Amino acid sequence: MRFDTPATTNPIDQLKIVGKPTDRIDGPLKTTGTAPYAYEWHDVVPNQAYGYVVGSAIAKGRIASIDLTKARAAPGVLAIVTAENAGKLGKGDWNTAKLLGGPDIQHYHQAIALVVAETFEQARAAAQLVRVDYIRAQGAFDLASAKDSAIVPDGATPDTAVGDFASAFASAPVELDATYTTPDQGHAMMEPHASIAAWDGDKLTLWTSNQMIAWSTGDMAKTLGIPKENIRLISPFIGGGFGGKLFVRSDAVLAVLGARAARRPVKVALARPFMFNNTTHRPATIQRIRIGATRDGKITAIGHESWSGDLPGGGPENAVQQTRLLYAGANRMTATRLAVLDLPEGNAMRAPGEAPGLMALEIAMDEMAEKLDIDPVEFRILNDTQVDPENPDRRFSQRQLVECLRIGAERFGWKTRGVRTGRVREGRWLIGVGVAAGFRNNLLTTSAARVRLDHRGVVTVETDMTDIGTGSYTIIAQTAAEMMGVPLDKVVVRLGDSIFPVSAGSGGQWGANNSTSGVYAACVKLREAVTQKLGFNSAEALFEDGNVRLGSRSVSLAEAAGEAGLVAEDAIEYGNLAKQYQQSTFAAHFVEVGVDVATREIRVRRMLAVCAAGRILNPKSARSQVIGAMTMGVGAALMEELAVDKRHGFFVNHDLAGYEVPVHADIPHQEVVFLDETDPISSPMKAKGVGELGLCGVGAAIANAVYNASGVRVRDYPVTLDKLLSGLPEI
Amino acid sequence: MRSFTYERASSPAEAAAAASAEGAKFIAGGTNLLDLMKLEIETPTHLIDVNDLALDRIETTPEGGLRIGALVRNTDLAADERVRRDYGLLSRALLAGASGQLRNKATTAGNLLQRTRCPYFYDTNQPCNKRQPGSGCAAIGGFSRQHAVIGASEMCIATHPSDMAVAMRVLDATVETVRPDGTARSIPIAEFHRLPGDTPHVENALIPGELITAVTLPRPVGGTHIYHKVRDRASYAFALVSAGAIVQRDGTGHIALGGVAHKPWRVEAAEAELPRGAKAVAEQLLADAKPTQENAFKLPLVERTLAAVLAEART
Ligand SMILES: Cc1cc2nc3c(=O)[nH]c(=O)nc-3n(C[C@H](O)[C@H](O)[C@H](O)COP(=O)(O)OP(=O)(O)OC[C@H]3O[C@@H](n4cnc5c(N)ncnc54)[C@H](O)[C@@H]3O)c2cc1C
Ligand code: SF4
Repeated sequence: MRFDTPATTNPIDQLKIVGKPTDRIDGPLKTTGTAPYAYEWHDVVPNQAYGYVVGSAIAKGRIASIDLTKARAAPGVLAIVTAENAGKLGKGDWNTAKLLGGPDIQHYHQAIALVVAETFEQARAAAQLVRVDYIRAQGAFDLASAKDSAIVPDGATPDTAVGDFASAFASAPVELDATYTTPDQGHAMMEPHASIAAWDGDKLTLWTSNQMIAWSTGDMAKTLGIPKENIRLISPFIGGGFGGKLFVRSDAVLAVLGARAARRPVKVALARPFMFNNTTHRPATIQRIRIGATRDGKITAIGHESWSGDLPGGGPENAVQQTRLLYAGANRMTATRLAVLDLPEGNAMRAPGEAPGLMALEIAMDEMAEKLDIDPVEFRILNDTQVDPENPDRRFSQRQLVECLRIGAERFGWKTRGVRTGRVREGRWLIGVGVAAGFRNNLLTTSAARVRLDHRGVVTVETDMTDIGTGSYTIIAQTAAEMMGVPLDKVVVRLGDSIFPVSAGSGGQWGANNSTSGVYAACVKLREAVTQKLGFNSAEALFEDGNVRLGSRSVSLAEAAGEAGLVAEDAIEYGNLAKQYQQSTFAAHFVEVGVDVATREIRVRRMLAVCAAGRILNPKSARSQVIGAMTMGVGAALMEELAVDKRHGFFVNHDLAGYEVPVHADIPHQEVVFLDETDPISSPMKAKGVGELGLCGVGAAIANAVYNASGVRVRDYPVTLDKLLSGLPEI
Repeated sequence: MRSFTYERASSPAEAAAAASAEGAKFIAGGTNLLDLMKLEIETPTHLIDVNDLALDRIETTPEGGLRIGALVRNTDLAADERVRRDYGLLSRALLAGASGQLRNKATTAGNLLQRTRCPYFYDTNQPCNKRQPGSGCAAIGGFSRQHAVIGASEMCIATHPSDMAVAMRVLDATVETVRPDGTARSIPIAEFHRLPGDTPHVENALIPGELITAVTLPRPVGGTHIYHKVRDRASYAFALVSAGAIVQRDGTGHIALGGVAHKPWRVEAAEAELPRGAKAVAEQLLADAKPTQENAFKLPLVERTLAAVLAEART
């Protein structure tokens, strides 16, 4: 189905099932521990052996020699894979560094061997017996010192310029020029990367934990140099990915190579201390923001530059994107620079681009509002735009940022805040509030699905879409049930298998809108197949209560399907609407924090997000997405930082004791409001992405609240108590 | 993890005798030891499980104090009525540590003997004098935000991570042990943990095979009991700085710090300054402090934490 004109009324608009806060249909499997995760497919193939990964002890250099003698002789060892004996390997399109390193070492904990043994304990013990001699090389590990050597990255991130930024900024009556930094961060998802690989002749089956089935099947084929038709990738349940599982990683490649070497199925999970340096992470940024405005608060110039680093061949963090679209202003510029760093490879994590970009931009807006002596909510409203500021002929398909800010301010009690910093106190706590705008683009990509109707009237949906804990199973079931006029318990959803039609997959908050639109397209076809078979006029037939009705004739779907059943497959494919209209999602984040008068410990007290993100397909799972994202925002603002050892070139705090993410006690109260919105420009579902929006802007709202509470402006994340200690009066 | 043999000891003397063998180690709750074994930071060849020793009781001593069995779980100790009434500091320190699940397993002796959380100690690719004597100290000149600001050496700047031990230090506890030859002894808590010096791998006064049987507390001293733990997140994090204090009505009292040194940090001379306020106490406590650039913030933080403690004591 081609979607190139705005959606009109369609069966989804009935909202009998879509739009309801339905519980997760996979909930019971999860809560009873019976949803199998990648490492838990114990019964799918017999005789599974265990692989344990050996990682490089240096960040850059070469392996002079590897001695496997002792490891080979260890009890239970079946095979050891290294670059020397693995045969020629390609590299996936989505990988920067090799997933099996050697002799050249590209980063710390790059996998250099897999030890396969009868038991996990044997494999782990033998892995410690692998002796490696390295020749260390000098590397670059510090973004600040590499910054001046940064270049314009290849690919899709050109500099932008509209009007004359330099003169407009220079002549602006009120201006801000400030630099902000965000640190390297790790996904720290609950389920580590894990895979089980089994060969049957030249056919490979891989049970893994992966967000993007088709990308990863393709990249695995490329890595192995085999046709992708020979690979089946299965990933129906995923214990969190956050962008870290968009690609094939070392667990998968090494399980496959281990299985080949041991001639047995092999399972591999990455040990937790290995996760932070072996896999991808969100790269650190240095961001310079310049804003010029008139005295009455109209932005006349806005510029955003960002620096990040990556391994040679890698890409930048696109931190400036939102600044092209969020606020008005006739003179504007953005620039992205990339330095070479020999740290582990950077890549997508939890709303890449906008999340770190807004962490900087939305503090800058707060600082600017203060300089102008304008309420930060009003300052944002004053500079709202309903068109793409770089291209005023292009309107936003929907843009309710102003409504988000106004409704949020009202609900949060923004008016009663203490405008001057450091003045509101409750017991040991200095209280402050902060606001930030949230912004994330709505991305459209082709997504296919297959639907079957069987003789019991059951509708089965098959698509390679993944559910990374987001609720995909449930909203897909709701979509199919609404379209086919059946109750939810008559819908079966099967996801995450490369034998199913290729979907959008999960990432960039594009999963929900695109994958349900693909299911919508397939259901439209199935409805036609049903009506055609019954000789009904498809435009007039009603699908209701498990029946198809036309006038006084009514046939049950079960009967219509007959013994053989009916099948339809289709994809949603997008035309030019995304070029004609800018499609984005908007939010306003409000946060109240307490800062301990004495110790400067920072604790969030309450959070509110007001979101405008098209039709909300399931308010319950959408809310869960948003509160999870807000929680990530607390982590990013207050604690998450991969500490770089600039001498040895690695992330030092590589376990969950050292890399802190929020715990329950950090998240006392969260409220989410969704504005009533449908966006017919986006898709037939009239929905957009929403999950990542919940994170975008939160970090800055917290930093702004900390400023309001304490009077100390921190521009380097995370905002930790030590940064609030200096220059304080005695107590 | 290396393979090891395993036995369950049935009496303290038997356990201590068995433990004198090369490579033997006790295991109690296992919450620290097992993690370290998986990473081959600890590589015992023989484990002696002490969980069957009947050392899980809390008894009143003839002197009016408490005798806490080495195997009393942190959860049970924190919840004990006598502890909550007379030694509130201990209960609060325990509850500030780890998580409910861990405290259910963790034991009194194991908690005292838990090893540092220095991240370089945990990474066997890195030099670490504590893990591998003579290999160097990667934390010096590296990531040292969590590390010691006082009492450290050029060999090691690690901290002792225990919250409970800080309370025990303030309470003047005594560690009771049995040595492999069967003889018992009592070690004052002040002499139990050591500074790193030239031998950071030697962390306490125990000799090889020596088994902790109990920790005793003297008669309660009254006063206001406060444990103040400062950390980046609200729970489930080791202390950046912590302060355990007992403050009497007249402003005198006892105080010790966690998160700043290789052992709970108490300076009796500093306690004399208590009536003069936090600044005076902090100056004495941290007189010879040598922080790194990354953890210099702990000095003002200690003073401010002490100020908060003293303010709380007054209310
Ligand atoms: C994620 C995590 C977070 C934590 N957070 C905190 C925190 O915030 N604050 C805090 O204070 N602690 C914290 N801890 C540490 C926890 O308190 C310790 O792991 C626990 O107290 C150790 O007790 P155990 O009985 O499990 O010791 P084990 O692991 O069994 O043993 C530890 C050591 O003691 C020795 N040992 C045990 N019993 C005896 C005995 N009777 N005689 C002689 N030697 C003995 C063992 O040989 C071993 O060397 C945390 C731990 C984890 C894993
Ligand atoms: S501080 Fe101590 S524990 Fe840490 S690396 Fe140095 S020697 Fe090892």
